[in-house]
Amino acid sequence: MKPATLALDHPLPLAARPSEHLPAPSDWSFELIETYHRTIRATADRFGLDTYPNQLEIITAEQMMDAYSSSGMPVNYRHWSYGKEFIATEKNYKRGHMGLAYEIVINSNPCISYLMEENTLAMQALVIAHAAYGHNSFFKGNYLFRMWTDASSIVDYLVYAKHYVADCEERHGVDAVEETLDSCHALMNHGVDRYRHPAKLSLAQEKARREDREAYAQQQINELWRTLPKKAERAGEAAAAKRFPTEPQENLLYFIEKNAPLLEPWQREIVRIVRKVAQYFYPQRQTQVMNEGWATFWHHKLLNTMYDDGFLTDGVMIEWLTSHTNVIYQPPVGHRAYSGINPYALGFAMYTDIKRVCEEPTDEDKAWFPEIAGKPWLPVLDHAMRNFKDESFIGQYLSPKLMRELRLFAICDDEKQSDYQVSAIHDHAGYKRVREALSHQYDLGSREPNIQVWNVNLRGDRSLTLRHFQHNDRPLHDSGQEVMKHVARLWGFGVHLESTNAKGEVTKRWTVPAPA
Amino acid sequence: MQQIIDRRLAGKNKSIGNRERFLRRHKDQIREAVKRAIDGRGIRDVERGEDIHIPKKDLSEPVFGHGQGGVREVVHPGNKEYVKGDRIERPKGGGAGGGSGKGQASDQGEGEDDFVFALSKEEFMQVFFEDLALPHLIRTQLAEVPEWKSHRAGYSSDGTPNNLHVVRSMRGAIGRRIALGAGARRELHEMEEQLAEMQRVLRPGDAQAEAAIKALADEIGALRVRIARIPYLDPIDLRYRNRVRVPVPTSKAVMFCLMDVSGSMDEGRKELSKRFFILLYLFLTRHYEKIDLVFIRHHTQAQEVDEENFFHARETGGTVVSSALVLMEEIIRARYNPAEWNIYGAQASDGDNWHHDSGRCRELLNDKLLPLVRYFAYVQVAEEEQNLWDEYAHLLEANKHFAMRKATSASQIYPVFRDLFKKEGAKAA
Repeated sequence: MKPATLALDHPLPLAARPSEHLPAPSDWSFELIETYHRTIRATADRFGLDTYPNQLEIITAEQMMDAYSSSGMPVNYRHWSYGKEFIATEKNYKRGHMGLAYEIVINSNPCISYLMEENTLAMQALVIAHAAYGHNSFFKGNYLFRMWTDASSIVDYLVYAKHYVADCEERHGVDAVEETLDSCHALMNHGVDRYRHPAKLSLAQEKARREDREAYAQQQINELWRTLPKKAERAGEAAAAKRFPTEPQENLLYFIEKNAPLLEPWQREIVRIVRKVAQYFYPQRQTQVMNEGWATFWHHKLLNTMYDDGFLTDGVMIEWLTSHTNVIYQPPVGHRAYSGINPYALGFAMYTDIKRVCEEPTDEDKAWFPEIAGKPWLPVLDHAMRNFKDESFIGQYLSPKLMRELRLFAICDDEKQSDYQVSAIHDHAGYKRVREALSHQYDLGSREPNIQVWNVNLRGDRSLTLRHFQHNDRPLHDSGQEVMKHVARLWGFGVHLESTNAKGEVTKRWTVPAPA
Repeated sequence: MQQIIDRRLAGKNKSIGNRERFLRRHKDQIREAVKRAIDGRGIRDVERGEDIHIPKKDLSEPVFGHGQGGVREVVHPGNKEYVKGDRIERPKGGGAGGGSGKGQASDQGEGEDDFVFALSKEEFMQVFFEDLALPHLIRTQLAEVPEWKSHRAGYSSDGTPNNLHVVRSMRGAIGRRIALGAGARRELHEMEEQLAEMQRVLRPGDAQAEAAIKALADEIGALRVRIARIPYLDPIDLRYRNRVRVPVPTSKAVMFCLMDVSGSMDEGRKELSKRFFILLYLFLTRHYEKIDLVFIRHHTQAQEVDEENFFHARETGGTVVSSALVLMEEIIRARYNPAEWNIYGAQASDGDNWHHDSGRCRELLNDKLLPLVRYFAYVQVAEEEQNLWDEYAHLLEANKHFAMRKATSASQIYPVFRDLFKKEGAKAA
């Protein structure tokens, strides 16, 4: 895929130094935000950041919590789990256990950034630089987003989904809809196409197609489940014991939507809606480090440049730097606040490090990164942002120097051993291993169990068999049993799950009978 | 340049629908929590919110995930002392999160901590009263509403003399007189000026002129008579205050609390009875604007007392329940006309009674009180079968608006209450 605009080799020069700083009271006003936004945009243009048009929206803390709890989207269908999320958020916020995010940004075209009204002017500037230029350019540039999501139609689609679900609740009862949604949510992570490319459709097309699809899908299913064999087929009955599906399928929701025998058309549509939403969030789950790191790198770069150019006062600088420092804090392992690697910290450190390798490469860097050492940093960074996901980004760009700085080390947990073992540390012998392990840690395929549709008993009890392919012999969590009930609810008949180890032997079996 | 959009005024509480669905889903747990709260609370602060605890496992949204075991390698930052090959003791106690990079193991205990959230006062009371309506709470139908309220509603041109609005009527009369006499008066003025002019220029002996003056004077006289004939007050001027009668649904209720305070009623039993009264009272406040409370306590004699004395004063002695019922009837006759008041009775006792009196209690209730009240509930705060209980039991059959239950502990009060005031429909079913 060709990038929309060519990245600049070097930042453009500043047009004119301002005669004085931008005004910097702590309270914001619309005019001031406009002024800052204009300057930030001009600065971003000098670096050639390519973004969707920006739409800044001021919201209250409550609205921020609303947005929070419906997975950050401005609209969404109604479901109790969002209510739970909201209650939890509200409680934590009111008790001061957590601050709200300063911003939420939506991958849409135009790109919507929410600014919270409580923020000070300096914070608003930080948010604009971070969300409206950092995240926004990432959404527009990164290959996963370009391939999997359609920024121009997502808000429309969610509005449609919301109305459709509300409509179903009215027609079929809140309980029935809730059950269907619960079951779909349980399989949400297994409702994405990892390799195939979905067609992008506009909302109008989407609607027009829906009715055709409902009718057609039902017809297909009837065909599949025909109990009276066609006369012509009778001869080849023996051969008809063929597998279905012929190839294992990894998109469980898609398979259910298309083949579950007992689903009503409206239920199929709901499965589809959940699947679409899951697909939309799929790239975000795979680019956490890259995305946050990119946005953090750019707010840092943009605001610093503005300071150097004489736009920002010292006060504004100190204020946003305080916040910035908190965001990229990485507590060491064993620390009370430690809860894994902070994606902001890792991402920011990596982009900064790439820039360093370009500008001031050491001999070690030249050996490890011959292709980028000493090159102009802007196009290198742009390339890194566009063409990777977390897994490959770390695999490609994590440098020995950074591993030393972060003091990264890998621990191996093998259930056959009584102790953990330190498998590699940040030394010459360990760089590759640590990098590989960290990269692997961000591979969604290894973070989530690999479960595929294996077989359907077409001629017998119609049961569905799923197969779990163990990764490094890691078994399935016990909650799998609950999920199976959800699968059975959607499928309408019994469901089996076989867990197979690396040798292909089935080590464990779960069975859920057909729902009553 | 795009405009910055101010969304602050739009779309607050977008999550309210989600919250409703959440509450709906966990209705059972919430009900249970509310029940516990009512049991444990002091009487006067029943009406406030409550923290609801829901076990985390009930809220979980299961997904396929990795379990314990197998081989995995995790990278951590901040290495201080380890070198390759070091062995680290496996954290004890399951180690659910043991180096998974997601929180310490200790934080992730097996879903022991509950999900806690606050139910607002309104939501709390809503749950409390849910599917709860008084039996026979068919508010007296509009058609037979004994109470009418009369509202002023402008003025009308007919009515009874006592509603005559004098100022309005006089204002109308003045207007009418001015309007009717205007032409004639103008004519009169002109003629009077003409007459004066004629008299000024009159030369003595001018017979013709004198005749003209006389004719003019006659005409003026006739005109004066005509003007004077305009009535000062005409029936069409009269305005009456208009009043319309609006039926007012009866919104007054009186609740009689009858309690045995004889020696056998200890503090625990009184406490129990108190719950029962309070719950009924709270329920009535949902349905009536104005609620009177009458507290009657009795041992061998009944007396009307205030709330403080009702619940806290100690008495001793024997028990004659009928005395309270007699007093209740007297008070109804004197102060609470059943046509205007919705009368509720709630009686609490340990069932201990002078044995000759119980039959009389039944008769009193059956013949005198039950026809007057909308509902009468009896709670026996002791387990034993007593003669009062047996006698009252006879009333159950014939009187749908009579109910009785036994309760021996605070935790039984709530089910008793639910039972007593179950929805009518549910009862019939």
